[in-house]
Amino acid sequence: MATNSGGLSLLQQRQRAAFWFIAPMLAALFFVAAWPLLRTIWFSLTNTALSDLYGGEFIGFDNYLSVRVLESGRWIWRGTLVDPAWWNAVWNTVRFAFVSVFFETILGLIVALVLNAEFKGRGFVRAAILIPWAIPTIVSAKMWAWMLNDQFGILNDIMLNLGLIDQKIAWTASVDTAMYAVLMVDIWKTTPFMALLILAGLQMVPRDIYEAAKLDGVNPVKVFFKITLPLIRPALAVAIIFRMLDALRIFDLVYVLTPNSAATKTMSVISRENMIDFDKFAYGAAQSTLLFAIIAVFVSLYIWLGKVDLSGEGQK
Amino acid sequence: MNIMKGRALRATATAAMLAVFGAPVVAEELFYVSGAVGNAVENFKTLVKPWEEATGNTVTLVPMPASTTDQFGQYRLWLAAGATDIDLYQTDVIWAPQLADHFVDLTEVAKDLAPTHFPSIIQSQTVNGKLVALPIFTDAPALYYRTDLLEKHGKTPPKTWAELAETAKFIQDAERAEGAADLWGFVWQGNAYEGLTCNALEWVKSFGGGQIVEPDGTISINNENAVAALEAAKSWVGTISPDGVLAYQEEEARGVWQTGNAVFMRNWPYAYGLGNGDDSAVKGKFAVTTLPVGKEGDTSAATLGGWNVAVSKYSTKQEAAISLAMYLAGPEAQKQRAIAESNLPTIIALYDDADIAAAQPIIPQWKDVFLNAVPRPSAPTLGKYNEVSAKFWSAVHNTLSGQGSAAENLELLEVELTDIKGSAW
Repeated sequence: MATNSGGLSLLQQRQRAAFWFIAPMLAALFFVAAWPLLRTIWFSLTNTALSDLYGGEFIGFDNYLSVRVLESGRWIWRGTLVDPAWWNAVWNTVRFAFVSVFFETILGLIVALVLNAEFKGRGFVRAAILIPWAIPTIVSAKMWAWMLNDQFGILNDIMLNLGLIDQKIAWTASVDTAMYAVLMVDIWKTTPFMALLILAGLQMVPRDIYEAAKLDGVNPVKVFFKITLPLIRPALAVAIIFRMLDALRIFDLVYVLTPNSAATKTMSVISRENMIDFDKFAYGAAQSTLLFAIIAVFVSLYIWLGKVDLSGEGQK
Repeated sequence: MNIMKGRALRATATAAMLAVFGAPVVAEELFYVSGAVGNAVENFKTLVKPWEEATGNTVTLVPMPASTTDQFGQYRLWLAAGATDIDLYQTDVIWAPQLADHFVDLTEVAKDLAPTHFPSIIQSQTVNGKLVALPIFTDAPALYYRTDLLEKHGKTPPKTWAELAETAKFIQDAERAEGAADLWGFVWQGNAYEGLTCNALEWVKSFGGGQIVEPDGTISINNENAVAALEAAKSWVGTISPDGVLAYQEEEARGVWQTGNAVFMRNWPYAYGLGNGDDSAVKGKFAVTTLPVGKEGDTSAATLGGWNVAVSKYSTKQEAAISLAMYLAGPEAQKQRAIAESNLPTIIALYDDADIAAAQPIIPQWKDVFLNAVPRPSAPTLGKYNEVSAKFWSAVHNTLSGQGSAAENLELLEVELTDIKGSAW
């Protein structure tokens, strides 16, 4: 062995083998993740147009921020960073992400606790609860668009008959309710995903701790906060960050449900709009880059402040 | 070896036969992409059947969402990528300047056909001397009204927007008192998309407020007539029009109308044929007229719509595709479209056609309406039209939904449009 491998120690051999096993994966990641990302960042520094992707010229940071002084001495600021539409989208996205993830976590936790209990037909209920998550977003968004329709929608019909409202509500049209409509559908759709991740965490908790608590006569609320919650915290933290990443780049639901409403337009939606509809490809690329930066900063902060262990070593 | 030899022989034999009989060497399979409203998919199959039989080619319709804004985004993406999957695109009248580079020049092949069309429409599809697309039907919206309800309450079709609001309110209140709780006075397209630009342009223009950006490129939208027009429209929301109208596109408005729940509707001619279908609750109970005006003496304005067929530069079957485009823009297909779908022909002679007049009596009346139609400012704003339109519909949508007054929003819009314009469009 030693003669064949040219004097490498066993550890070095293993590392070398490991590298070759990982290499295809690294190459794939480079081509599907790193390369598009780098290219988008490059586009954001040029004046590329969609119809001529290779004809862009480098223009520095003008897509982000540029200033021109007019003859009258007036300063004109341009670029994404002074675009109110962009900041409105940032605010919409952040608001959406926090509210939806908050409710999804609470509801997901409740659902997971129920599913963790022993009862007849548990397997069936576990499968059934995943249905909203399994439906493609585009389908569920269209389905909800009809349910939320002001004239024919079932939601207005039910609420009218129950006497909860006295007039049909234009859910997706009104600026006041558009965001609620989007939130409602997203929470409906993604709670099962949270529930599933949290359930996985719950099943790691050893049963004997509960039995000990029961013998000691600790009340169930205290058991939940002193035993269950601390023990599922790592799983919960990972679930939240997955959802957060997902929520910050939300596109499909908003695009189908309320495509052009300033009340719900998110960062992804506005960046697509600039790239495709307005023929400002590089400007849209700058917004995509900012979206990436915002998510990156956010995740780093979360991991750092929350001391989230993504390496899995703490589980031992 | 033997098998391959056999195959080669057979192929040669087939080719020889085809050459002798003059049949097309390859039957092409074309893909035609178009937005789909109403029965568009079924109608298209019937429409292209004669062409398929005559040429031996087949064509598949790729249906797209009804919203022209959504279609444009997808088409731009496909065209920018040089996609060979789609051979023909059905294009909106406003797209020609923005997509011209991606389509085949049809000037030469259509040199006999083009002069039979309305010159203004051919003009709108010509960019720097290149005929980008051939018109297949034109569109100008109308005011649909319920003859039974107007007669019952002793009203006449309104001439001004104020009259419309008054009549709508009167009938709505009276009918609701009689138990028709879901009845609304007026439905139109208030969603934030290209359709709202069309609707709002009609209000502004018919109030004498210009057409957003004038043909010479000046930005004219910030004026008191335009403000008055938007304030008038705002007063309809929640009174004679449901709040949800701010999310309606054509099909939502038609849904309310065709189930018998609206007195008036602003819509394109396609709704006429569908409204008289057997499954329609308003069959035989409605008529159409020109859209109202701001005050006596103003002229009615109808936004010029219409669809065209363009051949993709990236298509590998251009010859067959051009043949299909010529067929769709020709008199035979346009006539069938007029009869089956109440689409307005772009060939002048068809307005005097007896069969069309019998099947769709509104069409001959429509000639004058759309001859006075107002174009959206896609010609002066060139490649920036989409952004201009989006800014305009946002300002209108904000006004209608109570985010700022019409005067404030239009003032802001003027600033934004000036920014977009820069030194020149």
